[in-house]
Amino acid sequence: MRILVAVKQVAKLAEHVTFDGPARVSPAAVSWQLNEWDRSSLETAVRLAEGCEASAGAEVVAVSVGDEHAEQGLRACLAAGADRALRVWDEQLEDADPLALATVLAAVAREERPDLILCGAQSSDAAHAATGVALAGLLDLARVAVVGAIERDNARLTAQRELDGGALEVLRLSLPALLTIQTGINEPRHPTLREIKQARARPLATLGLAELGLDGGAVRAAAGSRTLRLLSPEPGGALMLDGSASAIAERIAEIVRTRVGA
Amino acid sequence: MSGVLVLGELGERGVRSSSLELIGAGRMLSEQGAGPLSVALVGQDAEASADAVDAPGVREIVVVPSPYAHFEAHVAQVALEGLIRVRRPAVVLAAHTSDSLGFVAAVAARAGVGFASDVSGVSWGESGVIARRRCHGERLIAELDFPGRQTVVLLLRTGAFEPLEAGGGGRAACTRLDVVLEGRARTERLERREPPAGDVDIAKADVLVSIGRGVESAEQIPRFEALAERMGATLSASGPLVEAGWVSRARKVGQSGRTVAPRVYLALGISGAAQHLAGVSKAKTIIAVNSDPNARIFDAAHYGAVADLFEVAAELERQFG
Repeated sequence: MRILVAVKQVAKLAEHVTFDGPARVSPAAVSWQLNEWDRSSLETAVRLAEGCEASAGAEVVAVSVGDEHAEQGLRACLAAGADRALRVWDEQLEDADPLALATVLAAVAREERPDLILCGAQSSDAAHAATGVALAGLLDLARVAVVGAIERDNARLTAQRELDGGALEVLRLSLPALLTIQTGINEPRHPTLREIKQARARPLATLGLAELGLDGGAVRAAAGSRTLRLLSPEPGGALMLDGSASAIAERIAEIVRTRVGA
Repeated sequence: MSGVLVLGELGERGVRSSSLELIGAGRMLSEQGAGPLSVALVGQDAEASADAVDAPGVREIVVVPSPYAHFEAHVAQVALEGLIRVRRPAVVLAAHTSDSLGFVAAVAARAGVGFASDVSGVSWGESGVIARRRCHGERLIAELDFPGRQTVVLLLRTGAFEPLEAGGGGRAACTRLDVVLEGRARTERLERREPPAGDVDIAKADVLVSIGRGVESAEQIPRFEALAERMGATLSASGPLVEAGWVSRARKVGQSGRTVAPRVYLALGISGAAQHLAGVSKAKTIIAVNSDPNARIFDAAHYGAVADLFEVAAELERQFG
């Protein structure tokens, strides 16, 4: 059983954001970290692999489309139990949208032929919640999005997803399949120093688009949108309550009583 | 290649309220020059729900009959692909909901159409549709266009658009589009679990005391429960507390939780992630207390205080003692 886990190094903005042109945040205003949803999906993959018989040859492969910042995230995946990692990069992939990313990941999946693909339900920066399901579409895979619990029974999976309104739905599907994973499905492990060291020996390959039979122009053309500009929202309309905690509580109590008409 | 097609959502109790928001946004685009507005409904009882989407400005209601009694993502995918192929709309509007997240991006990737999700602003101009969406934890707004795309599919954030109430329409034609959906399901529903009964209905509460990550530990929950009770309020929570198992699922506000409409929503230690804000847009008054002056909740709130929530909670206990 081979599980392909697509992960992303996400941008975390500094307190004060500055821009390099209309649609680009200055690199200086950004730090990088592994997407929280992807930590949960990697953990899901590692637990599934750990549940397999050794003879089944379970393998967890982490893949990331990203520049050199993505290596750190992939190293974290290796330390957390991935067997090997792949990084795909080409300068034409900068600011790739979910459909362009799915195009690249589909080419990786066609090479790797996994039984199961796991993606985070969303990324914390772009927050489209779309790449995984777009990938399932391109590969014509059965999929369930925003999964909060799973169980495996040989070639079948049971996945629980949350519906709007708080109801839960339990679905059964057959492998090969793709799931997008919600945080809270598990508590991702914190690798020990020893595991981090050992992970350095695991393979992390870097691929260009040509090696996947892709062309940068064609991948860009697959993008679903173009970012014209990035804006900071107008400062919030909130009237700020100042003073001590007791002054604030007094104002809140007054607002509550007035609004409720008590 | 013209016109706006709204993909209505049918829930257990008919057309979902988010669909009326889509119709509101669709009517606006139509008036700005995107072409006539039609609404599609996919489902076993789709035809019976047609009246519920017959709002002013809706030219046509397209019913796609389905052999399936409930939503299934792969079936919905085939239906939407059929609608796009036959109707060739310039813009498709669907709701950014749990159901849509399971298939709309797949349709977009396969059909090679324009696509954006969690869109909170749209307009139509000379270059077609422009979409605005929040990103980076609500801290930035991205403005997007879709050059060269004949069709653009947008998932609209629930609560971000004014709903258009059905009624006063009555002029929409109702047509039927047959798409072969039989046998297209690829998941089997084993069970549907309703939110625990006998628990609260936060959607009906007048005052909500809502807590988020700022409460720091499970041991603090009873204290806020007691505070809510003293205030004559109901306790609710943001997603992370529910995922951590500290607060029951029935009390979750936001996407994949409940949409609430209290007179007062007091948010304590909630940062204001998009998923959460989607559930509070109908609150009459939002008061936010957070120690982080940059918390996104302050953009959505009417009143805000940058303060330690435990200190404020202690003082509130005194105020409502």
